Amino acid sequence: MKKTLLAATVALTAMATTAQADTLEDVKARGELNCVVTTGLVGFAAPDADGQWQGFDVDFCRAVAAAVLGDGSKVKFIPSTGKTRFTLLSSGEGDILFRNTTETMSRDADLKLSFLPVNYYDGQGFMVPKALGVSSAKDLDGASICIQTGTTTELNLADYFRTNGISYEPVPIETNEEARPNYLAGRCDVYTTDASGLAATRAAFENPDEHMVLPEIISKEPLAGAVRHGDDLWFDIAKWTVLALIAAEEMGITSENVEEMGAAAGDNPNVNRLLGLEGDFGAMIGLDKQWAMRAIAAGGNYGEIFDKNIGPETALGIERGLNAQWSDGGILYAAPIR
Amino acid sequence: MSATASTAQPSLFAKLWYDKNNRSIVVQILATIVLIWFFGSMVLNAVINLEAQGRGFSFAFLEQPASYDINQHLIPYSSRSSHLQAMWVGIINTLLVAVAGIILSTILGFTLGVLRLSKNWLVNKLAYVYIEYVRNVPVLLHILLIHGIIVHSLPRTKEAWNLLSDTAFISNRGLFMPSPEFLPMFKFVLAAFIGAIVFAWLFRRFARSLQARTGTQLPVFWVSVLAIIGLPVIAFIATGHPINWEYPTLKGFNFQGGAVIRPEFLALWLALSLYTAAFIAENVRAGILAIDHGQTEASMALGLPRNRTLNLVVIPQALRVIVPPLSSQYLNLAKNSSLAIAIGYMDVTATIGGISLNQTGRAMECMILVMAIYLIISLTISGIMNYYNKRIALVER
Repeated sequence: MKKTLLAATVALTAMATTAQADTLEDVKARGELNCVVTTGLVGFAAPDADGQWQGFDVDFCRAVAAAVLGDGSKVKFIPSTGKTRFTLLSSGEGDILFRNTTETMSRDADLKLSFLPVNYYDGQGFMVPKALGVSSAKDLDGASICIQTGTTTELNLADYFRTNGISYEPVPIETNEEARPNYLAGRCDVYTTDASGLAATRAAFENPDEHMVLPEIISKEPLAGAVRHGDDLWFDIAKWTVLALIAAEEMGITSENVEEMGAAAGDNPNVNRLLGLEGDFGAMIGLDKQWAMRAIAAGGNYGEIFDKNIGPETALGIERGLNAQWSDGGILYAAPIR
Repeated sequence: MSATASTAQPSLFAKLWYDKNNRSIVVQILATIVLIWFFGSMVLNAVINLEAQGRGFSFAFLEQPASYDINQHLIPYSSRSSHLQAMWVGIINTLLVAVAGIILSTILGFTLGVLRLSKNWLVNKLAYVYIEYVRNVPVLLHILLIHGIIVHSLPRTKEAWNLLSDTAFISNRGLFMPSPEFLPMFKFVLAAFIGAIVFAWLFRRFARSLQARTGTQLPVFWVSVLAIIGLPVIAFIATGHPINWEYPTLKGFNFQGGAVIRPEFLALWLALSLYTAAFIAENVRAGILAIDHGQTEASMALGLPRNRTLNLVVIPQALRVIVPPLSSQYLNLAKNSSLAIAIGYMDVTATIGGISLNQTGRAMECMILVMAIYLIISLTISGIMNYYNKRIALVER
């Protein structure tokens, strides 16, 4: 009996199609990176008019694909809701998650995710129509508030109103796209989500000027990519790709000059190490020497990605703020590559 | 037996396989083993995978605070309540919409079914068009459509329609009504109501025995209605209106006080009812058509008036055809209520199977709970309908 059970267990373990295997090998064999993104949040990840995915998160996916596969276009984007994102990643359907996801302890430890370095420091805010005449979130007693279910924002909202002793009616909605008609039709007075998401939603309104984001930021929302626990090599690849993009901005390496700078060793050893002209850092993470060069060439360094998708020049018009380099008064701080 | 016949015993395999009876037993045993293996392997696979991810199977999270708010809760709930309490809130919301939906869809379905048989061409065709349109469009679209209509075409809170001179309001945030607060004296009204029901039941028994003995008929229905409505009303007036009404008033962003029926509940309830009613209407039509016209004629020939013919001859027989498919419509309605999530109605799928699942990451545990809950609800509905079906079944002597 014991033997049959053992045999059955062995057979089933073999059958079990978990993605515990070597993610790097899987991705290489497939020739494509499966990247979990949002179902559509302008500026972060949304298909453009030609059906091409564009955005901040999308560019990070492309950078990883470029580092691993040598081609930033070899990405299959897997759209996910707030509810499905972690399942898609842990079931092995996605290799990596870039979906404006807040890093929290329970997600890290209990959901068994390994969070990459934070690529966007965000916080939860409130958007209201200017016509309401509200100037502070403390004035929102009794308001109806549209909120995406299954997000950390839902919990922050409950905590914030509870600690301030004010009441509200939560109006749960499934995705950002559903929030828009409900908010505009007046089903809710307020829409709350990460401030970056508010900027993106507001930018897509017909009359963005009729709406304002309240000054209160009620939570810390460090948005970061994530991979599954248990594949340290894959984690390192993703982690250092994100850090390489941040470091590249600090060193002045852009998508335009990266070819030129990477052609021959220069005077700056930091640049040389990053671009594979000195040492063999790529080999440490199972890649070749040009991994970082390709990642930077794919969508530019961190600053370029920011400016192109969500920066002040775009419809979202988000300032760098906390997301500036540490040397510019922000808190982006890439660990040295050495 | 001839001497030339082989004396060798047939092999075990031959015994089991070539004998018809044995074979059928063997096949059934094999099929059972395959089934057990299949489902067992799926469960085992899930458990192994969870273990491999380092996440044991545990319901301990149910005791943790849920940390999210729910707008419609009929039992005490706050963001500090446990996930278990959130689950109960969800179950009650599911039951509320399921029961309300079953009642409305039954009334609508029977009405439509009868209209569909009307000899009036226009009425008949209108019912026909309605039924064919509604039951051929997915119920999710009905839910979204009705929710969209409510949210987009009803006025905003500040311009809410004032009904019944400042006592009720309707806006795209729902129907705001006065809520009752029962004073201690109200128990007399309640007692009068229960008394009236007991009286009606006794009166019905008396009327039956009277009819059996003498043939005299008493107006049971009207006496019962009068008693059940009249007695509580008299008690209500006699005890001096023991209800305080709390009226909704517009304060700040929303109406405060009173009770509210939210657009999410309204949309889900109406959509499920309208959708299921179309199916019930067809069941009712089939049931009535199944009764041979000769039954009606025979009944009329015996001198029964038309309404008695309907009540005593046609409907009891038609019900036997209507009730079994009606049960499955009720089951469909209860299960379709899980589409609530599409418009943010906080039913059991949205609470424990949605937000709790997502916040705790306990997908397997939450889904098992949700499935068990729907199973229990469905089995209860089936049980009740089977009991009712037995009650109305043809009693053969």
